[in-house]
Amino acid sequence: MWSTFRPSQKTLRLWQAMVLIAVFVFWYLMTTPGLIPPIMFENDRQAAFFFGEPIKIFVRVWNWFIRDRDIYAHLWVTLLETVLAFAAGTIGGLVIGMWLALSPIAGAIFDPYIKALNSMPRVILAPIFAVWFGLGIASKVALGFTLVFFIVFFNVYQGVKEVSPTVLASARMLGATRNQLLRHVYLPSATSWVFSSLHTSVGLAFVGAVVGEYLGSSRGVGYLILQAEGSFDINTVMAGILVLTVFALVLDWAVGRVERHLMKWQPRAGETEKL
Amino acid sequence: MISQAALALQGVTCTFVSRDNRAQRYTAVENVTLSVAPGEFVSVVGPTGCGKSTLLNVGAGLLDPSTGSVHVFGQPLSGINARAGYMFQTEALMPWRTARANVMAGLEFRGASDAGARADEWLKRVGLGGFGDRYPHQLSGGMRKRTSLAQTLVLDPDIILMDEPFSALDIQTRQLMENEVLDLWAAKKKAVLFITHDLDEAIAMSDRVVILSAGPASHPIGEFVIDLPRPRDVAEVRVTPRFIDLHKAIWDVLREEVLKGYEQQKLAA
Repeated sequence: MWSTFRPSQKTLRLWQAMVLIAVFVFWYLMTTPGLIPPIMFENDRQAAFFFGEPIKIFVRVWNWFIRDRDIYAHLWVTLLETVLAFAAGTIGGLVIGMWLALSPIAGAIFDPYIKALNSMPRVILAPIFAVWFGLGIASKVALGFTLVFFIVFFNVYQGVKEVSPTVLASARMLGATRNQLLRHVYLPSATSWVFSSLHTSVGLAFVGAVVGEYLGSSRGVGYLILQAEGSFDINTVMAGILVLTVFALVLDWAVGRVERHLMKWQPRAGETEKL
Repeated sequence: MISQAALALQGVTCTFVSRDNRAQRYTAVENVTLSVAPGEFVSVVGPTGCGKSTLLNVGAGLLDPSTGSVHVFGQPLSGINARAGYMFQTEALMPWRTARANVMAGLEFRGASDAGARADEWLKRVGLGGFGDRYPHQLSGGMRKRTSLAQTLVLDPDIILMDEPFSALDIQTRQLMENEVLDLWAAKKKAVLFITHDLDEAIAMSDRVVILSAGPASHPIGEFVIDLPRPRDVAEVRVTPRFIDLHKAIWDVLREEVLKGYEQQKLAA
């Protein structure tokens, strides 16, 4: 009996699900008023006030998605901000990264400033962006951009610097012009580095969007969480965090799919193919 | 003389200066004069680290010599040598392109309209007809070398430069590839400048073998015309008496340089 359920590669998903269920059961037992005598708090309602109750959280999520259907507009705004910040940051990082990597003088001039900008805590810019770009989507995209840009920039810079000198010399001997080198050698090499950082940069675009919403907005999941916090509605806050987590997982999965499709020329560990 | 040679290096010296310390200089090759006639197969042998690859890079136009000049079919060379194809010692295929796309690359860069058809033809010729859609990492070392060969030769260059192209292959694959190269060369009669550290390979394949001295400041110290009859099979030709005589004569010159190069590397270490 036990041998079929023993943790192994086959029962992996089952055990992963059991960990999740165990966490929620523990949460439920510890927070439901009157279920067990209070250990930490003076009365039995306090645990629920501080940590929320799983059942109410699920009801909240159910209402958002199924009964009231009022979360889709907020999710859409957050998604749009994430995607726009990601696209703008990636394109910006790619273009500037290629430029500075291929022009040594420009690279040397801007090097200390790029490093300075990168070490600046970007989140403190959010209020400034809100003033510049208003409380709409633009200020969140700007914040996400500053986060994504540097990740992509440094990877592109590295990717261009690490182009194999032999491949480069070979392409030149095959008659590639400067533009063709850019398109057929530097760009593919740089994109492979960009893709290796894709999971990080999508994650940061998402962080930029949510933090931006949280600091001042009228729509988005971050805004929902802020509203609930204002009225001490811990269950809605937790429900918002839950939705964001699942949303981030879905984004990450989608990125993985795109990556596998575009990077099929790269050898993967453990891949053996008999000829 | 110069006007007839496919590739002529005249008094070429290459001195590298360390980027950190301008006073630190290294002269790889000094005063090298070398020419390859159209249709001639010339090998350059020498001890390791003697600047053979430097010479080839100068001939390819990838490296400007410190002094001296390079002429290609009588024209002074500036920039990349467009009439030459280069087969590198290390991996030179673009990993993000399939074998077929790699072979097509040079034609694409030049804007040829029939790139696909010509690439397919060359893939078939090097025995990779069914492997066009594979990426380099999915091919074996020998297959990658053959892809490189097709990538270079599909452009039909007048001069072929080869830098120890088969040094990473096992002996069987290597002999197969050497014979393939000889067959392709015999059909097209291009000028070939072949760099190797393997004297057997040099004698088996070439019309002429040039010996470089040990570095630094290496220069040609001997030249042997290989009068073995063609067509040759690289495995069979090695056991003929003439081959053994030539090998002995060249090795007598080369041995001292190899020992010198070895001593220098031991001192440096």
